[in-house]
Amino acid sequence: MTTSSATLSRRPSLRAALPVLLSIGALLASATLSGCAGNADAAAVRRAELALRTPPETVEGQEVAVLTDAPNVPPAITRSHPTKVIVNLEVIEKSMRLADSVQYTMWTFGGSVPGKFIRVREGDLVELHLKNAANSTMPHNIDLHAVTGPGGGAKTSLTLPGGESVFTFTALNPGLFIYHCATSPVPMHMANGMYGMILVEPKEGLAKVDKEFYVMQSEFYTKGKFGDHGLQTLDMDKGIDERPTYVVFNGSVGAITGDKALQAKTGDRIRIFVGDAGPNLTSSFHVIGEVFDNVYAEGGTVASQHNVATTLIPAGGAAVVEFAAENAGDLILVDHSIFRAFNKGALGMLHVTGTPNAKIFAATKGLGISAE
Amino acid sequence: MLLTFAIVAGLAIASPAMVRIPAGSYRPLYSAAGEPKVRVAAFALDRDVVTRGEFLRFVTRQPAWRRGAVRAVFADASYLRDWPGALEAGPREALAQPVRNVSWFAAKAYCSAQGKRLPTADEWEYAASASATRRDASRDAGFRAHLLALYASRHAAAPLPRRAETNAYGVRGLHDLGWEWTLDFNSVVVPDDSRAAGSGADARDRHLYCASAAIGASDPTDYPAFMRYAVRAGLTARTTLDGLGFRCAATQVT
Repeated sequence: MTTSSATLSRRPSLRAALPVLLSIGALLASATLSGCAGNADAAAVRRAELALRTPPETVEGQEVAVLTDAPNVPPAITRSHPTKVIVNLEVIEKSMRLADSVQYTMWTFGGSVPGKFIRVREGDLVELHLKNAANSTMPHNIDLHAVTGPGGGAKTSLTLPGGESVFTFTALNPGLFIYHCATSPVPMHMANGMYGMILVEPKEGLAKVDKEFYVMQSEFYTKGKFGDHGLQTLDMDKGIDERPTYVVFNGSVGAITGDKALQAKTGDRIRIFVGDAGPNLTSSFHVIGEVFDNVYAEGGTVASQHNVATTLIPAGGAAVVEFAAENAGDLILVDHSIFRAFNKGALGMLHVTGTPNAKIFAATKGLGISAE
Repeated sequence: MLLTFAIVAGLAIASPAMVRIPAGSYRPLYSAAGEPKVRVAAFALDRDVVTRGEFLRFVTRQPAWRRGAVRAVFADASYLRDWPGALEAGPREALAQPVRNVSWFAAKAYCSAQGKRLPTADEWEYAASASATRRDASRDAGFRAHLLALYASRHAAAPLPRRAETNAYGVRGLHDLGWEWTLDFNSVVVPDDSRAAGSGADARDRHLYCASAAIGASDPTDYPAFMRYAVRAGLTARTTLDGLGFRCAATQVT
């Protein structure tokens, strides 16, 4: 394994590694960072070791965030200090391809589904500008799960067509988070494509890899059946019943297959930022023909498991998976709730070029294998 | 401009271009369980939305409401932005199109000049709960699905339908031509974060405090209503939008 030492965070993460069972009493008793050492009543009151996060004293400089459309990820952060990061997001409503000959009026963060990938550093002061295109039909807002604040920003960011809202937040917690629109009716805004991801790199940064990808799973609920041609609209009843017509990666059937497959070469260390927008389903994310060396479950900052084939991603959640491309060939990304992959679109492809390694895999007898 | 109705002490008698809506009651999106329906007195509602041509006649007579002349407190910068000029509302065929990009102040002034007023949100919602065949289609799943499809296809760039839909009262285009101003557009609002329990920035009355978007809604499956309420929640009285027009109402005297 070439990536056995690659961990998302190089820091032995004390505070993040403290999944504590919190009683109300423990919470009330632990408003500070101090532990319980020296406390005569330690046995009675066990303090939860929770960091009270505070924004940095100062942030240096200012920059405009580089935002990318899936499957691309903005470049790694090389700064070693917090800064002010300006994020410009514009909501655009437009008819887009959901599948071949199938259109859907998507509501997007930045003109594509999923929305723009945002990458900042723990401690950064983010100034988020949310614009809503003048030709939109609806007001929109944004809830970023990385935000410590009212509604994740949604409460103060309702933005009319032609308008703009601005709010700032300090990225207190590192991790991989989704963001989405939270305007009423929320399920409709999410079912129409309003979601994306924000990565808050830990202060120490992420271990270097050769390739990073942005993959987000989501569902569409259409009046027509899977593959019915023409402009499709939301079928609310299917949404309420959680019976999606489409389950896709990166906003449409075939968004990352064929010519648009993710590309890598043998020997590449690969990191995929995987989000699940829902709006309803959890994802049993699996890459056929590969094993994840590291899984950062639920988008957290600690490799929670190694040597995983299928990892569960909650709706409204994320995961980071890392593996090395040991062999050439096509790796297939699926939601292993397999009808979704076979019949609803939850398929992607990672094409690995290079020389096949017969020691890793060789077919020696069977259909399609020519006798020498 | 022809005045097709008589003005009596500020109350208008419905003209032929208005439709009489009989008294009744309806259940607003936000009402507590067990709360009685809201009574709506009889009123008259314009059969059609106000057109560019009609609004052009209004600004011709009232220079204060022309684009470029309107005071900033009464309309934002995009007021009538789709017009070529202060007294040009576009080509002839555009004159029959609904007027857009008008503020609440302007819409109110227009109606007032006709001896009318804007409909209240209750009146509008009450009249708009009629399908083509039923006056109260509020529980009609088919009608609701139809509205959702209408709203979904109502992209600002999309052409308007050739013929507006007529509902059971005879009112046309309530749902298919765009959003419409109401007199009290912000008295019942969805909080900006529509999942939070009522603490919207514009919280003004008791409705707000049970106005979490789903909790407190009389029918959480009424997505078309959520959409209308969300639009109203974002408005200020000087807001103008590409997709927002209006029609007038009158309190009947006969």
